[in-house]
Amino acid sequence: MTAGLTGNLAEVIRELLSFHFMVNALRAGTIVAVVAGAIGYPMVLRRQSFAGHTLALIGFPGAAGATWLGLNTAVGYFGFCIAGALIISALPGSGRPHAGLGGFSEESAAIGTVQAFALACGFLFVSLYHGFLNGLNNLLFGTIIGITDQQVLVLLIADTGCLLALILLGRPVLFSTIDPDVAQARGVPTRLVSTAFLVLLGIAAGGTSQITGSLLVFALLVAPAAAATRLTAQPAAGVALSITLAVLITWIGETFAFFSPYPIGFWVTTLGFGVFLLATAYRRIADRIAQHPPITSPPQRVLSESTAP
Amino acid sequence: MWSLPFIHHALLAGTAIALLSGLAGYFVVLRGQVFAGDMLSHVAYAGALAALAAGLDPRLGLFASTITIAVGLALLAGKTTADDVIIGNAMAWVLGLGVFFLTSYTTYRATGNSTANVTVLFGSIFGLSAGDAALAAGIATGLIVVLVLIARPLLFASLDPDVAAARGIPVQLLGVLFLAIVGATAGEASQAVGALVLTGLLAAPAAAAYHLTARPWAALPLAGVLAVAAMWLGITLAYTIPVLPPTFTITTVAAAEYALAALTTHHRNHRRRRQQRRPTRSLTTTSRTPQTHPTP
Repeated sequence: MTAGLTGNLAEVIRELLSFHFMVNALRAGTIVAVVAGAIGYPMVLRRQSFAGHTLALIGFPGAAGATWLGLNTAVGYFGFCIAGALIISALPGSGRPHAGLGGFSEESAAIGTVQAFALACGFLFVSLYHGFLNGLNNLLFGTIIGITDQQVLVLLIADTGCLLALILLGRPVLFSTIDPDVAQARGVPTRLVSTAFLVLLGIAAGGTSQITGSLLVFALLVAPAAAATRLTAQPAAGVALSITLAVLITWIGETFAFFSPYPIGFWVTTLGFGVFLLATAYRRIADRIAQHPPITSPPQRVLSESTAP
Repeated sequence: MWSLPFIHHALLAGTAIALLSGLAGYFVVLRGQVFAGDMLSHVAYAGALAALAAGLDPRLGLFASTITIAVGLALLAGKTTADDVIIGNAMAWVLGLGVFFLTSYTTYRATGNSTANVTVLFGSIFGLSAGDAALAAGIATGLIVVLVLIARPLLFASLDPDVAAARGIPVQLLGVLFLAIVGATAGEASQAVGALVLTGLLAAPAAAAYHLTARPWAALPLAGVLAVAAMWLGITLAYTIPVLPPTFTITTVAAAEYALAALTTHHRNHRRRRQQRRPTRSLTTTSRTPQTHPTP
């Protein structure tokens, strides 16, 4: 590529926008990042990050199968992700948000098995249409090339619908996340809300997979939201921050992917992880400062009672 | 089928690797370390590709990376509370590193049509040479021996770490050693079924064994047997129906074992619950009216 990242910002942008595939990649990326950032925030609060990851993995055989059958991959992604969301919410015990990580937990074994099976099915479909060279990598690790106009349109429609539904559901979701029993007592249909949220998560995961690949949705779905939770406790600010970070990570990641030989998957995961680590470090430092005021405070403070926040 | 060399190699390596995965998987599920296993499988991918990018044998990268990170994870385990967000982001980043190394490899090193990526991701059990198979089987057998030797104290330490420590069992050391074994298992299983699906081989047979028996000393070998069965059935299916890749068939059989075992438990519980609802004829209470509401 010609100007490279050494040109000034205007030149860089102009070069990016001169290629139609890049324009599509930026459009699709922005749409996907907005939804991922928006839904990622409540998802992290509900500790359902791994549900999001599993749904994205379930989308992989859908996309591979669709390619084998000659259909639009978006059909495969969204179809399987939504079906997966419905199946997961139909399973007993999955209504409430849960962690399920330490100690003997059937859930983690079940999740691991489902993920492995989904990946194996996707591998079967890819081998059926002999797509080993580029197809497999694009599906798993994302791509900025080959995003069609039709794909952008489908993403726009699906994700706009998803966003609207999320706005409508926002209050009951937040309520049932923070205090599920009280919410249920107040008449919030928590089971229905959980299922609806999982379906929206499926749509978000299916869309994000088309940019980051099925394996790496964490980069857009979780990292920006997790960073936001460490930077602010306010839900509205958190969602806004999460969306902003997700969009920035996508734009910068796609730009780097354009100018370097390294793929989008590497850039978004590195940027996402980096943002997350920075936010975590900031939180640790800020907490420590809040607990121990600096020694340079004036001597009178030492004698008076501590006024810790 | 039985006369073909590549089948011999696949069965030799596959049996040993499957047995190892089943036995190790039993403890992985017991100790709630399935996600650690998942993380190690991603590390295996990145490590193998890093070795390729550096011009080395990928197996060096497989084992060096998984064992090192496994020891690190085990040492960190007591110190920090890692929640799913941190682990998930780290796992995604490790995969991202993997594609970074893949690009380095294909841009600067790979000469011809490189299927190395697919081989590391999804394994190539039918592509093992005699030497590869023998080496894999040998390593797996060694790991199985170590696992069997530490099985008893490991079980104790997993079920009741405080009491075990009080009894003089080196719980933390066992934890580090075990996770290192899991790392090596990930390296082994990557050669058979690939890094992406080896979690299934670790988790599914073990989880199935849990459903079929509650006794640890029965469940442990059962997990191994089920894993080996999945491997053998998978290889046979893949040979009989060539369009199906062995990784797919092996994983499907393992997942099916788990599903069937879970169904039998569900059925057993359901039947038990239904029997409890029926009015019981007791010798002492002939005049008691049958309960009309279902017992919880």
